[in-house]
Amino acid sequence: MMYYSRIKLLSVAAVCLLGALFCLPNFVRKPNISMPWPQIHLGLDLRGGSYLLMQVDLSSLTHDRLQSLSDGMKQSLINDGLGYKNVQVDADKGEISFLPRDPSEKDRDLKSLANLPQAVPNEFAVTSRDDGAIVLTLSAAAVRVRAHDAVSQAIEIVRRRIDATGAVDPQITRQGEDRIVVELPGISDPERIKALLGTTAKMTFRLVDELPAGTVIAPPGDTLLPQADHPDSTLAVRNHVDVDGAALTNAGATTDDQTGGWAVSFSLDSVGTRAFGEVTQANVGRRFAIVLDNKVIEAPVIRSAITGGSGIITGNFDAHQATDLALLLRAGALPVPLAVVEERSIGPSLGADSIRAGAISLGVGLLLVIVFMALFYGRFGWYANIALFANLMLMLAVLSLFGATLTLPGMAGMLLTLGMAVDANILIIERIREELKRGRTPLAAMQAGFERATATVLDSNATAFLAHVMLFVFGTGPVRGFALTITIGIATTLFSTLLLSRMLMVRWYAVARPSTLPV
Amino acid sequence: MLGRPLLRFVRKDTHINFMRGRFVGLATSAVLSLASLILFFHPGLTLGLDFRGGIIVEAKTNGPADFGKIRAALTAHDIKTEGVQAFGGPDDVLIRIGANEGINTNTVVDNVRHAITEAQPGATIIRADAVGASVSAELLRNGLLALGISLLMILAYIWFRFEWEFALSAVITLVLDLTKAVGFLVVTHFEFDLVMVAALLTVLGYSTNDKVVVYDRVRENLRRYRTMPLRELLDLSINETLSRTLGTSSTVFLAALPLAIFGGASLSGFAWVMLFGIVVGTSSSIFIAAPLLLLLGEKRLRRDTRPAVKKEV
Repeated sequence: MMYYSRIKLLSVAAVCLLGALFCLPNFVRKPNISMPWPQIHLGLDLRGGSYLLMQVDLSSLTHDRLQSLSDGMKQSLINDGLGYKNVQVDADKGEISFLPRDPSEKDRDLKSLANLPQAVPNEFAVTSRDDGAIVLTLSAAAVRVRAHDAVSQAIEIVRRRIDATGAVDPQITRQGEDRIVVELPGISDPERIKALLGTTAKMTFRLVDELPAGTVIAPPGDTLLPQADHPDSTLAVRNHVDVDGAALTNAGATTDDQTGGWAVSFSLDSVGTRAFGEVTQANVGRRFAIVLDNKVIEAPVIRSAITGGSGIITGNFDAHQATDLALLLRAGALPVPLAVVEERSIGPSLGADSIRAGAISLGVGLLLVIVFMALFYGRFGWYANIALFANLMLMLAVLSLFGATLTLPGMAGMLLTLGMAVDANILIIERIREELKRGRTPLAAMQAGFERATATVLDSNATAFLAHVMLFVFGTGPVRGFALTITIGIATTLFSTLLLSRMLMVRWYAVARPSTLPV
Repeated sequence: MLGRPLLRFVRKDTHINFMRGRFVGLATSAVLSLASLILFFHPGLTLGLDFRGGIIVEAKTNGPADFGKIRAALTAHDIKTEGVQAFGGPDDVLIRIGANEGINTNTVVDNVRHAITEAQPGATIIRADAVGASVSAELLRNGLLALGISLLMILAYIWFRFEWEFALSAVITLVLDLTKAVGFLVVTHFEFDLVMVAALLTVLGYSTNDKVVVYDRVRENLRRYRTMPLRELLDLSINETLSRTLGTSSTVFLAALPLAIFGGASLSGFAWVMLFGIVVGTSSSIFIAAPLLLLLGEKRLRRDTRPAVKKEV
């Protein structure tokens, strides 16, 4: 206990040196050569920026899938010369039910539907119910897989859209099953990005059926869709999609030669080009609607076949709208709608104020603790102070190596860790005092102090550790930063007090050989 | 300052009979906790944005703020606010909008921005927070879950390391501490949000730490003085650890104090709760946790009632 091997001394010194080395990048400008430069990232609350929590609307996903399944089901039954009645789609339960045209056809119905293509193995099951109905039930697992894929795809689209705006260093992460977190450092007014992410941008090209004026009910196979410019007037657009926006290869903002207004140009891939050519050739004189998110942007009359695979959309755009629409079309449509459920925007001035407040508190707090330890614990208190400094350095180093994010509560956590860190030293010193009081020699007292205090230090830190791990697991945002710094702080505290400050005390004793201890 | 310590908390031969005041301590604690509980139900905690949902926008206007103009602009944008108020300087404006199922967080924040810049050209938005109703309910649930699970884990840990009497009296004490902290929140009108949950958890962690140190000494003394009555033994253990208890409380208190003074709006509430918690946690180790241990463990921890013969091991 009172002797440290050379190798132990050296390794403790080495850890301290490494700590100093790794926390250095936070204070020194990166030299102009390529080398790793691990730094602590400042949280949005310190550097300013926006945090957006987006909710993925997964119910639309199940609804869409049931709709297409229902279409496939009807087709399959008709192809096999069967019929159906009373088709009901229940998105909440994830099932479609129908009654056979005649109860005797039930077995043939089941056989026909057994061949329906499944998107993933065991996506749905076809069963018959007691009341004679046949039920298609989506399996929960398939719904989950579809949801997971949709969220992953949505994240990719979100990333493409945000990258296209030129945002610096955006962080886009999945949270739980149906949430996406978007962090935008430096952007304290996220209005444009929210608008971009709130748009599904599903574009389709579909033919228009001309209806007599005053018609309010769409003919079968059509849907009445509002026009973007005149929300009150609707057009009967065919449900059949001739060309899908997914076939777009490029889009850009441009000006319309005829009107001089802003427009969006687009070009299609080979499949889209062929489909576009065929439709336009066969339907000269009819109107062809460009539909974006169930709104008709425009519906020009087809004058001649368009076979070049490119065209322009001339809505009533201003420069911003044209640029953003082109951006959305380039990035692709979101597979599911997103909605902002939490937004936190911090302006740069508040961030700077917070950094100052945190730094002042940290400085003053550290100073108070150092003076206190010196006054109440003398020489050993100073060793504790040296350990305290090493502790701070190591904490910064570990946070840098993790590439962790420092938040304002994180800075508070750092300060509290430093306040708590000297506890281990206090325990040891107080214990040495007691052992001296019991009449032990200085050497025996120090030995007993170290030995007895270690168990106490471990126990007391373990409980604090547990509490903060919980906070990290259940917390979000800045609070997690707080829990992380304290958790890391507890680890570095154990090192700096149980090894470093103790070693300093032992080395001092070995060199000075005092007859009494300064406690 | 480099040699012997200049100051000391307690004299070397301190022996305070803490256990004599155990009923006074327990009664005071019970009364305070009961009062806190009543305060918790009425008037109740001031829930922060995290748990209440809604929108808060902080703006700095160019020159003194004209509240009438801002209110008019907000009304013109069809925004119903809970309050447009001053805070800090004359150019600081705080706008609160309540949570509402129908509220569209997507656009309301943007409309508020527009309204402010229309009413006061050159105004800058310092901070804009919007929390949807579903998210706030979830945040509250997670916050309470974190508190609850932490308590359970502390119970399990102390049970595992000590005896169940220790674990139970520690957790009862912690719950009493926690209720007082909640009462403090109600009285001071600090907003209860995620950062406050962090503060409560830190208080919990600190308070546990303090109890563990005292218990650790009790356990050691139980082995050392095999025949000392539990009451004397608890007094001895508290006195032995008193200097350390006060020392550590002081350092944590000193570390948290600048946060309360310089930490700014977002941290000072947190820090005040910490300061309160340190005082409560430290005194409860002495006046609550130890008496509870005496009540729970008098028959079990020390069955041996032979006449006390002090025996040093």
